[in-house]
Amino acid sequence: MPFALLKYGLTRRHSVPDVFPEPGELKDSYDIVIVGGGGHGLATAYYLAVDHGITDVAVLERGYIGGGNTGRNTAIIRSNYLTPEGVKFYDESIRLYKDLSNDFDMNILYSERGHYTLAHTDSAIRTMRWRAEVNKHFGIESELVMRGELQKMVPQLDYSEDVRYPILGALYHAPGAIARHDAVAWGYGAGAARRGVHIHQNTEVTGFEITGANGHAGRVTGVKTSRGTVRAGRVLQAVAGMSGEVAAMAGFRLPLKTVPLQACVSQPLKPFLDAIVVSGSLHVYVSQSSRGELVMGGSTDPYGVYMTRSTLDWKEGLMAHMLELLPFISEVKLLRQWAGMTDMTPDFAPIMGETPVDNYYIDAGWGTWGFKATPVCGKENARMLATGEVGDLIQPFALQRYHDFDLVGEKGAASVGH
Amino acid sequence: MTPGRLPSSAGQLIDRSKPLSFTFDGRAFAGYAGDTITSALLAAGVRVLSRSFKYHRPRGTLSAAGHDANSFVQVGDEPNVVADTRLIEDGMVVEAQNVFGSLDNDKARLLDHLGRFLPVGFYYKTFYRPKGAWKVWEPVVRRLAGLGTVIPSTPHGYYDKQYLWADVVVVGGGPAGMAAALEAAAVSGTVEVLLVEENPCLGGSLTYARFDAEGERAARERATLVAAVEGCDNIRVLVGAAANGWFTDHFIPVIQGNRMFKVRAGSVVVATGSWEQPLVFRNNDLPGVMYGSAAQRLVNRYGVRPGSRAVIATANADGYACALDLIGAGVDIAAVAELGPAMPRHDLAVAVADHGVPIMPRSTVVEAEPGPWKDTIEAARIAEITGPGTTAARHDVLDCDTVVTSVGWQPAANLVWHAGGRTPYNETISMLEVGELPAGMHAAGSVAGCFRIDTVIEEGRRAGWLAARDSGFNGAAMPAVRNDRGETGQNHPWPMFEHPKGRDFVDFDEDLQIHDLKDAVSEGYTHIELMKRFSTCGMGPSQGRHSWLNAIRINARENGISVNEAGMTTQRPPYTAEKLGVLAGRSFEPERLTAMHWRHVEAGARMMQAGVWYRPEHYGGDDRDAVIDAESRHVRGKVGLIDVSTLGGLEIRGPDAADMMERMYTWAYRKQLVGRARYTLMTDMTGVITDDGVACRLHENHYYVTATTSGVDGVYQEMLFWNAQWRLRVDITNVTGALCGVNIAGPRSRAVLTRLTDEKLDAESFPYMAVRQANVAGIPCRLLRVGFVGELGYEVHCPAHSGEALWDALMEAGRDHDIRPFGVECQRLLRLEKGHIIVSQDTDGLTNPLEADMDWALAKKRPFFIGKRSIDIQRDNVQRKLVGFEIESRNGHGNIPRECHLVIRDGDITGRVTSCSYSPTLDKVIGLAYVAPDQAEPGSTFQVRINSGRVDGRRVRITPDTFVACRVVPLPFYDPENARQEPGNAGP
Repeated sequence: MPFALLKYGLTRRHSVPDVFPEPGELKDSYDIVIVGGGGHGLATAYYLAVDHGITDVAVLERGYIGGGNTGRNTAIIRSNYLTPEGVKFYDESIRLYKDLSNDFDMNILYSERGHYTLAHTDSAIRTMRWRAEVNKHFGIESELVMRGELQKMVPQLDYSEDVRYPILGALYHAPGAIARHDAVAWGYGAGAARRGVHIHQNTEVTGFEITGANGHAGRVTGVKTSRGTVRAGRVLQAVAGMSGEVAAMAGFRLPLKTVPLQACVSQPLKPFLDAIVVSGSLHVYVSQSSRGELVMGGSTDPYGVYMTRSTLDWKEGLMAHMLELLPFISEVKLLRQWAGMTDMTPDFAPIMGETPVDNYYIDAGWGTWGFKATPVCGKENARMLATGEVGDLIQPFALQRYHDFDLVGEKGAASVGH
Repeated sequence: MTPGRLPSSAGQLIDRSKPLSFTFDGRAFAGYAGDTITSALLAAGVRVLSRSFKYHRPRGTLSAAGHDANSFVQVGDEPNVVADTRLIEDGMVVEAQNVFGSLDNDKARLLDHLGRFLPVGFYYKTFYRPKGAWKVWEPVVRRLAGLGTVIPSTPHGYYDKQYLWADVVVVGGGPAGMAAALEAAAVSGTVEVLLVEENPCLGGSLTYARFDAEGERAARERATLVAAVEGCDNIRVLVGAAANGWFTDHFIPVIQGNRMFKVRAGSVVVATGSWEQPLVFRNNDLPGVMYGSAAQRLVNRYGVRPGSRAVIATANADGYACALDLIGAGVDIAAVAELGPAMPRHDLAVAVADHGVPIMPRSTVVEAEPGPWKDTIEAARIAEITGPGTTAARHDVLDCDTVVTSVGWQPAANLVWHAGGRTPYNETISMLEVGELPAGMHAAGSVAGCFRIDTVIEEGRRAGWLAARDSGFNGAAMPAVRNDRGETGQNHPWPMFEHPKGRDFVDFDEDLQIHDLKDAVSEGYTHIELMKRFSTCGMGPSQGRHSWLNAIRINARENGISVNEAGMTTQRPPYTAEKLGVLAGRSFEPERLTAMHWRHVEAGARMMQAGVWYRPEHYGGDDRDAVIDAESRHVRGKVGLIDVSTLGGLEIRGPDAADMMERMYTWAYRKQLVGRARYTLMTDMTGVITDDGVACRLHENHYYVTATTSGVDGVYQEMLFWNAQWRLRVDITNVTGALCGVNIAGPRSRAVLTRLTDEKLDAESFPYMAVRQANVAGIPCRLLRVGFVGELGYEVHCPAHSGEALWDALMEAGRDHDIRPFGVECQRLLRLEKGHIIVSQDTDGLTNPLEADMDWALAKKRPFFIGKRSIDIQRDNVQRKLVGFEIESRNGHGNIPRECHLVIRDGDITGRVTSCSYSPTLDKVIGLAYVAPDQAEPGSTFQVRINSGRVDGRRVRITPDTFVACRVVPLPFYDPENARQEPGNAGP
């Protein structure tokens, strides 16, 4: 029995204070206003307070904290990307993730499982080798393993040649992990709130006050909300799934296509799968949570729409493929399916940094890969908001790159084809 | 006296003439056909079915209907089987799950005593200090969590699917559903009605509930309605079938056994009934505490007496109906605790009183006292209610072995929720009510808040009539409804009595007590969704069906807001947990075989994946490299034949065909001569190469264009997408599957082909890059003189049905020229020698034509093709170049760079190898690689890193750098003068 739990049993009353104290009415003005109370927004607020001592910060959230894609993703954390920019960025995120439980004083259930991206074709083998080589170049533990070796590492999979797409090998990524997604948002939120940041839930942003917009995009000075208008020194937009809509309120466009991404979980089962398994050819990813549920996902929906309703054909296709990999789970039962909205960029890399509007910064384009970047985004956003300077790690993700044709091609590292 | 089987008259659903035997936790049991695992075990006196998720407390049936995880068991390979509803089979092997040791002696039950050290969300609060501690604790926590066990040797069962269509789908075969189906069917003889019932027979509440003091009404109504439904030709009935979700446009998966019916409905009647809700008090999870409806199910359906002496706590008429059923089953009723202010006046209550049962108004059970092994009830403590959730200090202690509760219902409105309908809370009746429904959906019966049997049937009829009308049928007048729902008092507003020592469970699946939810709110998880996620209330197998209502009430009270302000968490499909196998079905994975596929197999080809196709990788032989060497020498020296059917084929026809070509592709096609072929290169809007092929102009208004195997579907889609905007007068057809083709290549190819066609093949009549339509072996073909592999050769395309005949004819005609088939690997090598790229191998998601050294394929003067603007912008900022390279000697096999090994300069990545192979023709290792622009000069060298890591256990060891020096050479490697196109000329 861990010592930390003794106090709960030995005190009569529940001994935890309110970790998200209600901040009351909106103030007239904040140094920094963060639009969006998901993981990224809350992490930004946290690092503003912790790293920079800036606490005159409001986080505005339309619903409840972590209720968007932070609470809908399949909680996989990895850095086995394809481009040097991506690899360095996500590697820093993993480094931060590993310390979060102790930083927060809250267990985010960070669980290193090993991540396997299966290859079923020779072209996939080539891509896996490419990613392994780039990863190793930056000291990241990824390697291409062929079928025989893979079978020893993940014996649960079906390695027979009789299936439609036999497994030829995999990209093994040792640091691949899962974590409790909600706890990441809560840990950041609680840490920020404890230091004086105001987290306003049930507060919808309805527009922005922008001055000097004659001929150019102008400068943001205030944020209009369903509870009144606040003046703001700097504004960060961090609203995955709604990025295009919110940017439009600020008067600029983003090169995004928003499509639903569905996921599902099974009933809880005793542990039988440690590995995180992904197959691009089969459009499948699966891991087993610490509660024992199989957490499963697949490709994005084939059309763009702002809707989180789930579909039947998606799970039919997913399970057909899931049973190709794990034929013995046909009696396992699906408990719940859901959908989130993903802002897909043309190059499968995010959009971070400055925008055409002065003092208005953006954290968007997270498509299907935002959860794993939560800590590093928070850290870098905070630095940018505090100093006005865009750090080296996120410089490559500037919105301007689409104008300059300086893209960061990460499509080959998306977990499944989208 | 314990639970047991009633005399032979009781139990509508069991067949006492068919005894069955099964085992539970290794002990043998008997039951009857129609028994569930729960009922058969209770008949044998066994109440404990499982151990709970967190505290490993013994659990028995709560709902007898599977509305909770209490009755989860393992049946053979199948985990998490609902014992409440799974029928027993002869020889069935049932085991308890989530126990360490045995069900009776579960070592993990110690956790129940540590409960106060395990507050809500305890795992967030510990196990992380010192750093790395979670690595040690996690396996322990994981082992304790989870329920059933997956057995890796489980065979992949048989599952299938069937499409169904119905004008009206009625979900739920209770009184409302049967009435709805009958009325819909009566509107017109042509209305097709599908009636879906989850239980093994029709009847719903009529199979267990009691509506009158005499206890005759239910059976009478059931007999009448079932006979009518069975006599109706246009009602199809599916029993034992769950309508498991609602998807857009009334698309409803109905799961029956191992089959999923995918039903498209014209309109839907939701008559899914409601779930009884628990009374929350200390030890309300002891085996023997159950809903009134559970006790009635056991008695009336299965002829099982749930106990010998019961205390009933009730807030509605259902508790009295249950009391009468229990009295009839010989159960001694110690008392009825009436949660309301006074004994009700209705017939049922009067009848109970007439049996001499004490009725204690304004009272509730506040605690069940356990027996010595904590898995039985010895007594119930009853106290007077003094306010919402509060009771007087004085308790009456009544001996009993069973506590039955009837305190309210919750609509089973899953399909309504899936369809976006809402169920606001009605404060007057303390119940969620179905509000406005989506178009084409109607609700009737208790799901719609109606519990009075006459009105249920009337509302059912009206719903059926309305649904038929929604599907376009008009007939008789709309059935009248008297709008008499009887007394509205099903739900008690606050059926929760918190105990200072807890163990008052709100959520049985997740072992959550009242204080757990209050603590979650006080910790700051105030929003209903945050409370849910932090506490996991409603996230277990029953997805909140027995826990939300009380959870929302607690949340509202703790936040000082109304239940409607607290809101409800979103309910998502499926309605009940569904097997992955059922979703997967028979898993038809498309695969495409070319017309010559079996000829390759017969010739001993090793087949490989190529998109959805299979292609011959190489023919025969164990030594792959040697076979590929031999095949390539054969093509270079004699003649070879390769199946190229998987290449895409598109027909573009119409007056604007040339315009279409010039917009879609980078080169010029307007001036292309009829009868000639041209290379095609396609880029996307960002200027990235997406596909390539050859365009054959067959007529001024007709191009036949090839595309890559994996790219053609995307190319076709892209053309349609753009032309939806351009509106050019063209017809675009994907003929990939309609045509097939071969490439016959090598110095003797002309000689072979000449034998089979009258078409003149000499250099003058049929020059390089010419196209002809001609008969080959009597088959109408398109002949393309192209040189992908760098030898004289012809692609011969013909209708797919003639493909095998064409292959046979060419092989036969080539026999004395020593023709042999060659595979994809050989073709890859030959094209590499010739310096041709393969799109997606030698290009990636960002490669533009300038980087790939294909400036020659870009039309310079034309104002537009897709990607042109982007390419022009990037013209002065080329970041990398694709170059040919060679390595002087073979240098030992291990030191050949592999595709995607990196080009490193001064510790930085400047590019990568995209193709690399030993060329037997040139006796060199050759390849293509991206390098920095200033490394691209022929003659210069660059370094490729190889062998940079290995897996060691679960770690990846990054090993010291090994480099191979590569020298840039001009392309192509082979036959730069293209002399091989005329075999009379000297070759290298």
